Amino acid sequence: MASGKREKFDNPVVEWIDSRLPVFTLMQKEYGVFPTPKNFNYFWNFGAIAMVMLVTMIITGVVLAMQYTAHADLAFESVQRIMRDVNYGWMLRYLHMNGASFFFIAVYIHIFRGMYYGSYKQPRELLWILGVLIFLLMMATAFLGYTLPWSQMGGWGATVITNLFSAIPGIGDTLVTFLWGGFSVDNPTLKRFFALHFLLPFVIFAVVFLHVWALHITGSNNPLGVEPKTKKDTIPFHPYYTVKDTFGLLVFLMLYVLVSFFLPYIFAHPDHFVEYNPMQTPAHIVPEWYFLPFYAILRAITFDIGIPFTDIVFIEAKLGGVLAMFGAVGVLFILPWLDTHPVRSARFRPLYRLSLIALVAAVFGLGYVGAQAAEGIWVILGQLLTGYYFLFFFVIVPVLSRIEKATPVPESINAAVLEKKKKKA
Amino acid sequence: MATKAPSKPQQSETRRDFLYLTAGAFGAVGAASFAWPFIDSMNPAKDTLALATVEVDLSPIQVGQSAKVTWQGKPVFIRHRTPEEIARAEGVDVSALRDKQADADRVEKPEWLVMIGLCTHLGCIPLGQKPTDPKGDFDGWFCPCHGSHYDISGRIRKGPAPKNLAIPPYEFLNDTTLKIG
Ligand code: HEM
Ligand code: FES
Repeated sequence: MASGKREKFDNPVVEWIDSRLPVFTLMQKEYGVFPTPKNFNYFWNFGAIAMVMLVTMIITGVVLAMQYTAHADLAFESVQRIMRDVNYGWMLRYLHMNGASFFFIAVYIHIFRGMYYGSYKQPRELLWILGVLIFLLMMATAFLGYTLPWSQMGGWGATVITNLFSAIPGIGDTLVTFLWGGFSVDNPTLKRFFALHFLLPFVIFAVVFLHVWALHITGSNNPLGVEPKTKKDTIPFHPYYTVKDTFGLLVFLMLYVLVSFFLPYIFAHPDHFVEYNPMQTPAHIVPEWYFLPFYAILRAITFDIGIPFTDIVFIEAKLGGVLAMFGAVGVLFILPWLDTHPVRSARFRPLYRLSLIALVAAVFGLGYVGAQAAEGIWVILGQLLTGYYFLFFFVIVPVLSRIEKATPVPESINAAVLEKKKKKA
Repeated sequence: MATKAPSKPQQSETRRDFLYLTAGAFGAVGAASFAWPFIDSMNPAKDTLALATVEVDLSPIQVGQSAKVTWQGKPVFIRHRTPEEIARAEGVDVSALRDKQADADRVEKPEWLVMIGLCTHLGCIPLGQKPTDPKGDFDGWFCPCHGSHYDISGRIRKGPAPKNLAIPPYEFLNDTTLKIG
């Protein structure tokens, strides 16, 4: 970073700083002239959008934290006070609450983009892994945050999710007591959840930095999945993509603000506005929408895994569900090694494309199932869709890597762009 | 340890490796023992542990009635079972159960069933304490969260929960006083 040749800046103040700490050179190199494939579509906006959402969450979160009280007896009241008495408190809370949802929308689209255009493939495996790590940290952060208003749904959601760890053989119960700092979800739990909810976004920030650093080593992928070969394939990041990103960002933020101001409860559940009562479970516990597909996978494992027709059980249903749920996220880490097909973009892989679209449908289906009571047809549907989810990663993708014949891939980005222009003319 | 000077340069290499390894191992043990107070601080504190026992007056709980008390932040179900319920609990074929336990192993006195009211699946509170509650397919308790059915001995009969409802440590101080914990 530091040792490369540096061009002088005209402005003497900028030059004084830059010759001592070359931050301006760095920005110029990484965001000014940075050579970027010239064929990005709007899917490439969502990284920048996610970054802005992270900053939004940190800013709204820090001011909320100045008013919020992390104590079992006071937390619910303090959030009511934020809503009624604190200047603009309602706005800050609505922006933070719905910001979490819009953050997940951006990141889910961002992950889909990566899968559709094969962005996880060599040489971007580590970039992808850092991304999955960010996703995991986000899920942890959102789960912890949802407990803070100390509502029925928040408290009982925390109970159910922390109890997942009791499925671990041997140490499970000790571990859960450790997580709670007591014998149930109570004041010690709330206080540590607040401390961690405050901390983790900054950890995410650090991992995002590594993620972007890795991106700037390999350069961006693009809708064709063909690496840029000559200068003709790229354009400087500024002004072309600064403008495109800003436009996409404004559209996204408009939707976010629209929901936050006019439909603030569209993603919320009524039991999230009732104070937590450790002596009474709500009739129907549902997590936030962004966890529903994984919740459905957790509930899909209703059977013990062992030797049929005997009492021998290797994995109890409860542990099986937990393993499946974590496995559903974990499998993303190894995706670069499951999919070894040389062609990146799904544009040239009709079979992969079809199976991926089916996967998206399955994930939506799981999301729907996750919101229903676990009985009757929903159990079976959840099991079928969970089956497809894992079939996709462990069978379809590796098999297609070997047998799928790709359609012709263009020579270069430039050639493909010119071809498209010719056809239009 | 070594008294002789190394005869070959290669030997001093292996000695240096040994020093690296031992220094590294000591460093790791040191770091782990420093980490322990930080980790242990998150375990239940002394005041939390001090809330360990409660005493319950059983005299108002009539035959066929239930009560719910709080112990260590958890609900404890107390049921004054009827002779018919006791007979039903004892009449079950234990070998066919998921978590094999005879009713006699779950109670001190058959008429008093005392257990922790948390579903052994993921910790919801099962329904069945109030006369109007759904009691599940085995006429005991039913957990609405993911559909676990418990019988009148609190044993898991159907659904995702792996274990019977847990029995807290308790003793009868006299005929009408129960000490939990
Ligand atoms: C990755 C970024 C973050 C995510 C995904 C996130 C998510 C959430 C969620 C889902 C809630 C529950 C909102 C509700 O239902 O009312 C919440 C509450 C809260 N968060 Fe965050 N948060 C993030 C960053 C932060 C930061 C950086 C802070 C503080 C520095 C913070 C402080 C708070 C506070 C004080 C509350 C409780 C008040 C309330 O419920 O509105 N958050 N967070
Ligand atoms: S918590 Fe009772 S069935 Fe899941």
